[in-house]
Amino acid sequence: MNKQSYDLVVVGGGPAGLAAAQEAYDQGVRDILIMERDFELGGILQQCIHNGFGLHFFGEELTGPEYAQRFMEKVAERGIDIKLDTMVLEVTPDKKVYAVNSKEGMLEIDAKAVVMAMGCRERTREAIGIPGSRVAGVFSAGTAQRYINMEGYMPGKKVVILGSGDIGLIMARRMHLEGAEVEAVLELLPFSGGLTRNIVQCLDDFDIPLRLSQTVTRIHGKERLEGVSVAKVDKNLKPIPGSEYYIECDTLLLSVGLIPENELSVAAGIELASVTGGPIVNECRETNINGIFACGNVLHVHDLVDYVTEESKLAGKAAALYLQDKIVKRDKEINIIAGDNIGYIVPHKITEKIEERKRVDLYMRGKRPMENAQILVMDGDKKLFAKKERFVKPAEMISIPLPEKMIEQLEGSTVEVKIVEGGE
Amino acid sequence: MTNKTEVLIIGGGVVGTFIARELSRYKLDITLIEKGTDVCVGTSKSNTALIHAGFNADSNKLKGKLNVRGNELFRTKVQKELEVPIEWIGALVVAQDEAGIPQLEEILENGKRNKVPDLEIVKGERLFELEPNLNKNSVAALYAPTAGIVNPFELTVALANNAVKNGAEVILEAEVTDIEDKGDYKLVKTSKGNIEAKLVINAAGVYADKIAQMVGIKDFKITPRRGEYYLYDKILDIKVNHTIFQLPNKVSKGIVVTPTDEDNLLIGPSAEEIEDKDDLSNTREGLDQVIAGAKKTIPDLTTRGVIKEFAGLRAAIKETGDFLIEASDKVKGFINVAGIQSPGLASSPAIAEMVVGIVKEELPGLEEKDDFDPYEQEIPKFRHMSHKQRMKLIEKDSNYGEIICRCESITKGEILDAIRQPVGARTVNAIKRRVRPGAGRCQGGFCGPKVVEILSEELGIPKTEVKLEKDNSKILVEKTKESLQKEVTDNE
Repeated sequence: MNKQSYDLVVVGGGPAGLAAAQEAYDQGVRDILIMERDFELGGILQQCIHNGFGLHFFGEELTGPEYAQRFMEKVAERGIDIKLDTMVLEVTPDKKVYAVNSKEGMLEIDAKAVVMAMGCRERTREAIGIPGSRVAGVFSAGTAQRYINMEGYMPGKKVVILGSGDIGLIMARRMHLEGAEVEAVLELLPFSGGLTRNIVQCLDDFDIPLRLSQTVTRIHGKERLEGVSVAKVDKNLKPIPGSEYYIECDTLLLSVGLIPENELSVAAGIELASVTGGPIVNECRETNINGIFACGNVLHVHDLVDYVTEESKLAGKAAALYLQDKIVKRDKEINIIAGDNIGYIVPHKITEKIEERKRVDLYMRGKRPMENAQILVMDGDKKLFAKKERFVKPAEMISIPLPEKMIEQLEGSTVEVKIVEGGE
Repeated sequence: MTNKTEVLIIGGGVVGTFIARELSRYKLDITLIEKGTDVCVGTSKSNTALIHAGFNADSNKLKGKLNVRGNELFRTKVQKELEVPIEWIGALVVAQDEAGIPQLEEILENGKRNKVPDLEIVKGERLFELEPNLNKNSVAALYAPTAGIVNPFELTVALANNAVKNGAEVILEAEVTDIEDKGDYKLVKTSKGNIEAKLVINAAGVYADKIAQMVGIKDFKITPRRGEYYLYDKILDIKVNHTIFQLPNKVSKGIVVTPTDEDNLLIGPSAEEIEDKDDLSNTREGLDQVIAGAKKTIPDLTTRGVIKEFAGLRAAIKETGDFLIEASDKVKGFINVAGIQSPGLASSPAIAEMVVGIVKEELPGLEEKDDFDPYEQEIPKFRHMSHKQRMKLIEKDSNYGEIICRCESITKGEILDAIRQPVGARTVNAIKRRVRPGAGRCQGGFCGPKVVEILSEELGIPKTEVKLEKDNSKILVEKTKESLQKEVTDNE
């Protein structure tokens, strides 16, 4: 066994891992290793050749590879160690990282701290159980994106897309621009799961119809996909009998949700939150295991990479403070509670005292769309403050700053956030 | 061009390949033809993967005899010789009320007539010790410790490889279009040319009746009975230790809940007679029936954690409900091995043994080879190895250090082995059946493109020619810009 040791091991070289490694370095950690399973850094950004990345973080529009490149350069400038084509097989609770690659064979790396940044995977046709035949031509949207953008091959010519998540919308435009006919984008819910700007720029601009409250009820074909049955759904999301129609197509793309990839975390003994599918973390993005942090889509699925970067810098900084033994526990642990019309909030709790910190940002998603809403932040029964929000959309993450002073003065041990009508 | 062979086996399922392998012990020319792009693509591919103990099969039928013998042969020979994953986990038939106990006792008696060893009825605490997640209503179960589970893909492929190693020929994508009886021999016309055979063995699964009709045998009909399944993620928090049956009714053994050899939970099958011999599609009704049925046994099950739905067809002769294994008395030199529904997989070694006996009568004076090699080695399984074993393996070949399928930890070395076997994988699904990339929770979302690339490189074909399974199941249709460029050129 090839044995090595590092102060900090970052599992995953996508946007989360890169930002965490860079920030840890800038906070004084020198002995850092990034482990990446692909042949290059950058993660899924490398196949996202469209623009729209970086508006928040860099104040300019970049493509996915450009956004990744900026962080790859930062990591290279700092001389941070990288292992590519390396698959992490196991992280133990005492922070041994077992991995494999074809050059070094089996690796056992002793880490003092670990950042989990493995990203997420797409929900499959099988996971949502669409009946019908198991033919060629059914792809998850991200896989199709890889075939087209990375490998230069078309997975099909006549396309139906199920799910209006951002990847689905982006792929509708992408396939259209590559000469495919995109028949429709279908969405089970009465609202889209994608960013408004993507609906406008990817569907409306190309006259691709978005059909809400519809789903695929059957996949047809013997060998290659020949068509799909589509039905309208009722309030309980069940297909309405008699509403079925048929669309001829050779390709079905699925953009029906992303799932944080936490198999390594579970094996390491990290507790997961059932709503996000990611680890339960404090405001430092530290998991229940001291010195193991999580950030990016492995923690919860983000709509913008800019937020991934912000979050990962928090994790990177906290890993540095941990390694420098500078983390001090608060006397009182504060639990963050997702109240009315909130799907989840990250972080799940505030537990640390960190010098010079001005605020803790709470990231959350609304459960259902609401107009003229207000976001209420509560200390027990007491209202701390309210923020007006013109539109609440589950697809778009909301962030609320919680000033450090306010945290200091909390009477109870919980902060509840809820979204209610009446923002005017 | 016409090939000549002494024995032609039609069908590359577990039965056909087992017969080929058993006959390859003898000085005999053997050819196996299969219409699919791989072996193990029909009934053998999609079933519950059980080696039944043999208590259920009617002791008055052929099934009753062959099941127990098959189970014994799996235990004493197959497992050792072919390195196929088999686990002897035992089976339970569970009664949920006192009224079911006499039925359990009847099954016990039938099992005893079939000479199934070690059967017993367990009750109370002992039952829940054996199976803690069982429905609390359960009152008693017939326990059969000799029941097992097997990987049917690895079994069938190992049999095909072993047959080839011992001199048999396997021809894929050869669909039989007609058979002419020429007296001394049969002229079998296929999509890959004609074959003259002294003896034809019909192991064509759901198509066995169609093949038999080509030589004028019309006295049996195969009625496909579709069974649907759900397969769960390995990390599901609900585990079962045994293959769990419900008390059987007239149509089927009910919905089974069982682990697979890779420790996925499998539930199914439904039972629905259909006309189309190729219709392996899933239906809402069938799947709903499967989950509802499984919940009776394990109430905590939902569809959460499901990673795959699939369906299989039982090749049933409805009229007799039994296997049909005999040399035709109407057409000399034609052996039917038909109606091989459950417990067909469990019986397959015994079916092959029986067919060898028939062949010996048809071709008197068969001699055994001196150099028959009964052994096959499994492809290394990185996922099941210790770190030390992995290290050694990678030292031998660095391709075993490159993980292609992250969900199942499948290496490039394993995929190359699957392609380079005697009966090697030619399609994405064929690789999945042999070494499992894409069999995990992402269902090939991540590794699919890599497997396509490896297949394309190894077979020396463009990526656009790589198939999922059958001929028209190509995964990629063209290079990007290909037809756009064509349009431009055409306009010029």
